[in-house]
Amino acid sequence: MLSRPLTRRVFLKASGGALVGTLAFAGGPIALLAPSRSWAMPLDTLSTREGSVLLEMTRQMFPHPDLEDAVYAFVVKDLDKAAADPATHELIRGGIASLDSDASGDWLALDAADQFQRIESLEGTPFFEKLRATAVVSLYNNPLAFAHFGYQGAEGDVGYLYNGFSDLQWLPDPPQPADGYMPGQAPQA
Amino acid sequence: MALTDNQKRFALDDAVVVIVGSGAGGGTLAHELARQGIDVVVLEAGALHTRDDFLADEWASFSQLAWLDKRTTSGSFRLARDFPNLPAWIVKSVGGTTVHWAGASLRIQPHEFRALSHYGKLDGANLLDWPLDPDELAPYYDNAEDRMGVTRTHGIHGLPGNNNFHVMYTGATKLGYTCNTGHMAINSEIRDGRAPCQQRGFCFQGCRTGAKWSTLYTELPRAIATGHMELRPQSHVATIEHDDQGRVTGVVYFDANGDRQRQKARLVAVAGNSIETPRLLLNSASAQFPDGLANSSGQVGRNYMRHMTGSVYATFDEPVHMYRGTTMAGIVSDEVGFDPSRGFAGGYEMETLSLGLPFMAAFLDPGAWGKDFTHAMDQYAHMAGMWLVGEDMPRESNRITLNHDVKDAYGLPVANVHYDDHDNDLAMREHAYQRGSAIYAAVGARDIYRVPPYPSTHNLGSCRMSARPEDGVCNAHGQSHDIPNLFIADGSQFTTSAAENPTLTIVALAIRQAEYIGKQLKARAV
Repeated sequence: MLSRPLTRRVFLKASGGALVGTLAFAGGPIALLAPSRSWAMPLDTLSTREGSVLLEMTRQMFPHPDLEDAVYAFVVKDLDKAAADPATHELIRGGIASLDSDASGDWLALDAADQFQRIESLEGTPFFEKLRATAVVSLYNNPLAFAHFGYQGAEGDVGYLYNGFSDLQWLPDPPQPADGYMPGQAPQA
Repeated sequence: MALTDNQKRFALDDAVVVIVGSGAGGGTLAHELARQGIDVVVLEAGALHTRDDFLADEWASFSQLAWLDKRTTSGSFRLARDFPNLPAWIVKSVGGTTVHWAGASLRIQPHEFRALSHYGKLDGANLLDWPLDPDELAPYYDNAEDRMGVTRTHGIHGLPGNNNFHVMYTGATKLGYTCNTGHMAINSEIRDGRAPCQQRGFCFQGCRTGAKWSTLYTELPRAIATGHMELRPQSHVATIEHDDQGRVTGVVYFDANGDRQRQKARLVAVAGNSIETPRLLLNSASAQFPDGLANSSGQVGRNYMRHMTGSVYATFDEPVHMYRGTTMAGIVSDEVGFDPSRGFAGGYEMETLSLGLPFMAAFLDPGAWGKDFTHAMDQYAHMAGMWLVGEDMPRESNRITLNHDVKDAYGLPVANVHYDDHDNDLAMREHAYQRGSAIYAAVGARDIYRVPPYPSTHNLGSCRMSARPEDGVCNAHGQSHDIPNLFIADGSQFTTSAAENPTLTIVALAIRQAEYIGKQLKARAV
């Protein structure tokens, strides 16, 4: 799946489309996690074009200039899962159709400002809300996003007690006893 | 071996004390009764998740632990718009919300027990004095602090402060406030067989080391060890039954298989949190009690309080990594007193809070999208945060009712939560937002965000205690005014919310209630 080099298997597995891409920031935190700069995200239900529209919409609704498409692809992946429900697929298909019909048949061909204007006009529709609600969870709930935004996620499971919980250097250390004591370090009463 | 493997078992026709719920109130009461040799069955709606099951993953943990059974909302509070089916962020799991709580353990101030006398009457508020003498409660607070291992009490030193604390401390002291790492029921040293805090930063997701007090691994196993308590997880109580004399006789519940069971009871104590507790009393309406049990006053479900809350997050040039370490790592209490010159009654605490990246996205500005939102998220690693928590006004119209149009998995009407902020709540929130913002501005904040209330973890007052039966649902011991062998054992009892995080007071009240119930049972008075 993600951050795995494109293989024939990817295309054979998916009955839907696929999103493919190359990491844009070779030196970024995400590239450090990825074994390869190419990535592919197979889709079970959505077509490649539907996936591409949703990815671009998500990017414009939640614009992080330096965030890899590979992370936005997680949103498309979750919409693809949701689209296994025919009603949801219809909602997505209808939403994309309305974007396209408002753009001489191809919303993707518009320039970014025009694309954004069309998205804005959909605010409050069930299609828009489905995208927004999915994106606000999926976009920020994956290891690549954690690396990008500087959240350590499950690394915290072992505890930061001896690993940075109070490593802030740009302010003076609060005095004790307002600040407390490390285990075993408290003065004996 | 599971907690419940070798426990004493009681028959369905044993007349035991039935406790509904295993959280701060129910779990503590169960232990204290079992210690006295009183046979207790605890019916807990949630499943048993142990410390090993807890997840360092916000959404996955939320799915594992949160009470997600449907509820509905109404009223003008913003939660009704942001999270219409999730008015509360509480736990459905053994240990209840003590699994999720952050650990802040502050005593209610004496004057807060006398809210009506001290503040005077407020229009649109249903203020009342607690029927309790704070001096009389003091030894129970002592007991609760000792058993919970509250830092900065009983010679227990404070927790070391994390980065989020460093930021709050610096700003607060620049403004002349005092700030420390709080009174926390989180071990700063090995104590009571539990490890010191490892600063994981997942207090809300369940404490894997057990440093944070929870009934899950303190009161409940100890109650089981007495041989007088049986814990039945995945047991959802549907109704409480009574006899012709109007005394409760048992409860009907759905077990883990969804089968209907009837447990006989000599006494029932309800501790299902302030939404489920009144819902259960209302769902137990009968020919004799058509408005629900213990509801001759009409006050069941009313005066629901959720605390005045809000958060301030701020971003800085330098990194903070607020998510490292205890979620509630520092407390400023200087605004918690009563000072009417501020333009409102009651007071509030400022307590550091952090959310992981996933929950920051969910709660920063629910419903938001676009550049302002992503600009804030871009600065996540440079963000510090605090929660504002203060006294909210009890209002008769803020209430839990049954929504007969929406049914749960068992066909029972769900709870509707109606809440309108009182003007006093709004004035206090505005003041708190300003002071919280000032703290971060004093440290050179770049952007400051006023974050609206999260789904409520502090749910209070919906079956409040009162001196006069017509003013509330239960007396100073949580005993219902109408039915002598029916007790309220959770935060529903609170006459007013006070400003402080409620768990310590719920535990103190449960210890006191257990003493009272023990005496009453011995004297055959109930």
